Parts: sequence; C-alpha cells; structure tokens
Amino acid sequence: MALIELRNVSKIYHLGGEEIRALDDVSLDIDIGEFISIIGPSGSGKSTLMHILGCLDSPSKGSVRLDGTMIEKASERELARLRNRMIGFVFQSFNLLPKLSVLQNVELPMNYSGVSSHERRERALQALQMVGMENRAKHRPMQLSGGQMQRTAIARALVNSPKIVFADEPTGNLDSHTGEAILQLFHKLSQEGRTIALVTHDPEIAAFTPRRIEIRDGKIATHVDSKLAGLASEPRFSLPH
Amino acid sequence: MIILNAINIGFKEIWANKFRSLLTMLGIILGVGSLVAQSALVKGLENGMKEALVAIGGLEKVYITSQAIPVWQQHRKDQSVGTTMNDVYALQSSAPLVRLIVPEMRGQDATVTRGSKAFNPWHFVGTWPGALEMNQHVVEYGRMFNDVDDREARSVCVIGTGVRDALFGSPEEIGREIDPVGEFVNINNQRFRIIGMFQLYESELDRKAREVALEKGVEPTQAGPARKKGFGSGKGKSGAGFAFEWKNNTIYIPLNTMWLKFRAGSAPAPAPGAPAPAGGSATASGQDFVADPRLSSIYFKVLDIEQMNEALQQVKNVVLHTHQGIEDFAFNTQENWSENIAVAVRNARLSGSIIAAISLLVGGVGIMNIMLASITERVREIGVRKAVGATFLDIFIQILVESVVIAVIGGVAGLLASQGLVKMLSLLSPDANTPVITLDAMLLAFSFSVGVGVLAGIFPGLKAARLHPIQALRYD
Repeated sequence: MALIELRNVSKIYHLGGEEIRALDDVSLDIDIGEFISIIGPSGSGKSTLMHILGCLDSPSKGSVRLDGTMIEKASERELARLRNRMIGFVFQSFNLLPKLSVLQNVELPMNYSGVSSHERRERALQALQMVGMENRAKHRPMQLSGGQMQRTAIARALVNSPKIVFADEPTGNLDSHTGEAILQLFHKLSQEGRTIALVTHDPEIAAFTPRRIEIRDGKIATHVDSKLAGLASEPRFSLPH
Repeated sequence: MIILNAINIGFKEIWANKFRSLLTMLGIILGVGSLVAQSALVKGLENGMKEALVAIGGLEKVYITSQAIPVWQQHRKDQSVGTTMNDVYALQSSAPLVRLIVPEMRGQDATVTRGSKAFNPWHFVGTWPGALEMNQHVVEYGRMFNDVDDREARSVCVIGTGVRDALFGSPEEIGREIDPVGEFVNINNQRFRIIGMFQLYESELDRKAREVALEKGVEPTQAGPARKKGFGSGKGKSGAGFAFEWKNNTIYIPLNTMWLKFRAGSAPAPAPGAPAPAGGSATASGQDFVADPRLSSIYFKVLDIEQMNEALQQVKNVVLHTHQGIEDFAFNTQENWSENIAVAVRNARLSGSIIAAISLLVGGVGIMNIMLASITERVREIGVRKAVGATFLDIFIQILVESVVIAVIGGVAGLLASQGLVKMLSLLSPDANTPVITLDAMLLAFSFSVGVGVLAGIFPGLKAARLHPIQALRYD
C-alpha cells in the first residue's frame, strides 16, 4: 500500500460565477521513501495538489488516503492532527516566527502534540543537528542568512518525524549556491529514508529528483520515473551557476 | 499544558509590544482603580453614618416607652400602671436575652442656672450609672455618679460639654478648657454639685474641621450678629451632628434624686407626641408620693443582635406579665436608622459601580480592539501554527489567554493604582469621611477585569481560529 493514494481528485473554485478547476481528475501514488518533484508553471495547480496532499485543504471530488486515513472525510481537528504528526512543510519564504528563537521555532510543532518541554528541547536540538544549525539555536531568525533560515525551517519540518515532507519552492528565495546546498540537504535526508516531495516551477530543480510529475492546467501532463525507465537514480547537479 | 504554553506565548506577545500593551492596559487600570476607589469612598461614607449610630448606643440598644392603651383594652385603662421600676426588676431576673437594663426618668422643663447664666439642657434625666455604657458616654473630668449616690439620692450631676459651654464658657471663647468638676449649679432652684463631665462628642468630620480651625486661628464663620441656625442643624455642623449635639447637651442625675427632688415619676408620663402637661411635674408641687414611680423609658441592650426578635418577645412576655396583660408599652429600636444607612449606601454604591463598570467595559473594548489589530498583524503566524498542527482550539485559547493576561496585568496594576488614587482623594478632601479600601472591593474589581478580558478575547479568538491555513499562509 502506498503512503499517499490520490484517486480522481478534483478541486474546483468558484470565482464570480466562473468555475475554475485547479485540479482536474488527478490520480497519484507516493510510496514510502520516495523523493519526487511536482513541477509546473505558476497557476498549473501544483500548489493546490500539494495543499491537498499536505492536508491543508480537502478535495472537491475524489478520495485521498494518507497512510490509511481517508482525509476527505476527516474533520478539521483530525486534519490538524495529521499535519502535526504525519507531515512537515518547508516554504519558499521560510515562515519562521520572528519573535521566537531558532530553537523555539523548531519546537513549535511539538507544542501542539503534547511533548514534555524537556523532550521538546532534546528533539529540537537533534533536528537542528541534522541540518547543521545546532550552534545557532539561540539566534533569532532575523539574525540568520537565507540558507540558515531554510535549514531551520527544514529542522522544524522534521522534528515530529513526519511520514512525508513537502517543500514548496524551497530554493526560491535563495541564491543558487545556497539553493544547491539546500537541495543537497534534501538529497541527504532522502538517502536516510525520508519521503520528500519538492514542489517547483524550475525543471532544473525537478531534474534533481528520481521521479517527476508535471502538472499542467490541473492535470498530470507527464510522469517521469527514472527508476522505471531504467535510468540511473544518481542525481545530476546541473544547477545554473 | 496548552494553557501554560498559551500563557507563555501571551506574555511574550505583550512584552514584544510593550507600549501598545501599556496603552491597552490603561483602560483596565483606570477601570479597576476607579471601581476600588469609589467603593472605598462609599465605605468611608458608610463608616461616617454608622459613627453616629454607634454614638447613640448602637443597633442593639432598645428602649421601652409608654404607649396609649389599645382600643380593645380601654376598659382596663384604670389598671394600667405604666413602665415602672417593677418592670426593671422583673426584667433583671427573668429576661436572660437582654443585658444592662437602665431605667430613665426624664425631667421636664429643666433650667440650669449659674450666676446670671441660664441654660435649658436638651436632655435632663435621672438614671442609673449604667447609662454611661448604654449611651456610650465617656467621662473626661471627674467621675460618673455611682450606686451609693443613687441610693442616698445625692444632689450631684454629670454634664455634657454643651452645658459647660453655656454656663462656664466654651474653650473657643475662653481660650482654654474649663474643668467644671466641683462647681455648683442650680437645677430648677435645687443646688447640685457637678461631679463629672463627659468628653466632647463630635463626628470625625467636625473634629477635623475644628482641628483645622484651631491651626488657622479663630475666624468668624458667619457674617452679622451671632445667631442660632435652627434645631437639628447642629450649629452649622455636619448632618450627623445632631446625635452628638444631643449627647453634649445632657445632664445626668441619679434616678432616686430625680424622683425625690423633682417628683418626676409621680405624674403619668405623657404619651409620645402628646404635649407636656402645663406647669409640669418637675416643680415638686407636693403631689402624692408614689412608692413605685413611673419611668419615662427603660433602656436595655440585646445580648445578640441576631436574636433581636427572640429577645424582644422575651421582654414583651415579662412586661406583659407585670402589666397584667395590658399592652401600654412599645419598643423602640434603631433598626430604621440602620435601614436608612443601608439604603443610602446601596444607592451610592450602585451609581458608583455603574460608572466604574462602564469604564471597565471601555477598557475591555480597548483590549478587543488591540487583539483584532494584533491578529490581523499575525495572520501569517497563525497560518504557520495551523500548518504545523495547531487546531481551532489551540489558536482560540492562545488569543483568549493573551487577552486575559493583558486584563490580569491591568487589573493588578489597577489595584496598585487605586491605593494611590484613594490617598489622593483623601488628601484632596480632608473633611470627608476617610475612604477605606476593602478586600471585597479589590476581589470584585479584579475578577471583573478578568471577566472583561475573557469577553474581549472571545471574538478576536474566534476570528483567528477560523482562519483557513492556506489563505493565512498566503497573506501579506
């Protein structure tokens, strides 16, 4: 059984009487340990797909199964719980809370899962260690560089040991050099067995992952799986310099 | 767990916006401060009013007076004996719910003279030494007459300062305090020796005014010739002054002296409200000697104010027995007075509380306003919190707690402010009854401020908790 199963999912918005199909009859499986990218130009529906996969939104039609739970039927409270335990998010603009320290930012998800303050601290430090930020724990986000902020955000996404991490344009606000380092970090995490989904508009970043799903006008346009195609799963570092 | 976290977050949020939080709290601080201050003022007012009540002997003082015989007992009118010493002895032996029974025989139309000066005391009575405690008198010079003076019917008297002022001159006129003990005065041409004088009775307000006047020196309080300003005005003093004036213009003599020298008890005491008999009985005009004279009234104190009704019933039973079932007596208590005080205090408290509550409410609106601004500022933060797993309830509690924390800090600061406010009020008006801050008022004001904080946090909390995570994350 796949970690995430999407079956005939549609998301329909109504804007001034006009029907907009942000997602149109999408079916998709993501297995445990996969490193995939969802690619498409802006407005293609890739963000909507990520929101539905990430339990931030529910589909208008079709079914979504996350680790055996049917999320289209879940209440808001259950969705919040799934987001807390199963899913980690990394955003383009980092979305760290400026008033909290790096450590407190990383502890944030555990505030909502009833972890004791001692364990919170320990696990947050472990997560910071994983991304190489352990010596910045006391800093404020404003005192960090973009790459450091994104590493902090990744630590926050990892701290509750989620089943899957979604990264929405994680390198969008970073210079290419830092961006490459972040992608390296994702690669390393993938090697450690974590399930990671990158959402991007940049084919060159998408090329970094073994499996690529291209969305156009709310539908899956192309689906490339280098493993299935018998190609080497080694990533190619072909970012522009 | 969630709550502790939320309190922590709330404090951080307030600390991060110190000035804004301070302005927000100001509404609560002033609201709590004025609520406590106004209740302190009312408490001071109440104390001032009760001061007079205590001065006349307190709530537990009751007295029996004669009353017209009820219609259904008119046929036994000639058997009515009136209130006599017989009643006093009966009560002493068979009414355990009362204590300190003091008979009183009022002398009518008394004139006290000394040299060329004459004075009509307001209150001239023959009584027992126990009247001292009954009417809360304090002897400043000399002594109260004792049981021996009473048994021997000695011609001695104890006077109030008002009598002294009229016959010897007041300290204000003379410039020094005159001690009249040992001097002789004539009461209705009978020679009496003054053996004691009470202290000067006055309200807190008058005492302060007098002290201020003493510091400033003598100054005319009114233009034109000196004149009396009418009965009950207490010589232009405060309204409660009447009770004190009454006590100051008193002459006490032993009961037996009153009876033997003035034959006061030999004539039936007039019914309350009836005009005094012409000529009066105070002139010892050789009427029949009565073995058991009539008393004007019998004073007693109820042992326990909670058992007022039981005690009165007991006294009634005893007196009905000595009066052979004729109900020619009535009870007089201070309950009406104390009720009036209660009503006045309730009114003052109500109007003050409403004004203070409105100002607290305005403070609450301020909190709500700032919380709404704060969540608009923090939409993104709320989005992030929701994305990492905060539920509706988590966000709602966080906002609610922030609002309550502001209100609680404001409430504590308001309590501190009220102390200063009350000090300032008593400085501004040294004559007024000193405001008293009570614990009740502080607790009430504080819990009110917490309630306002909760109410002010509900709407912003709901608004924040209802935000959709995606929209919140996209918000700029």
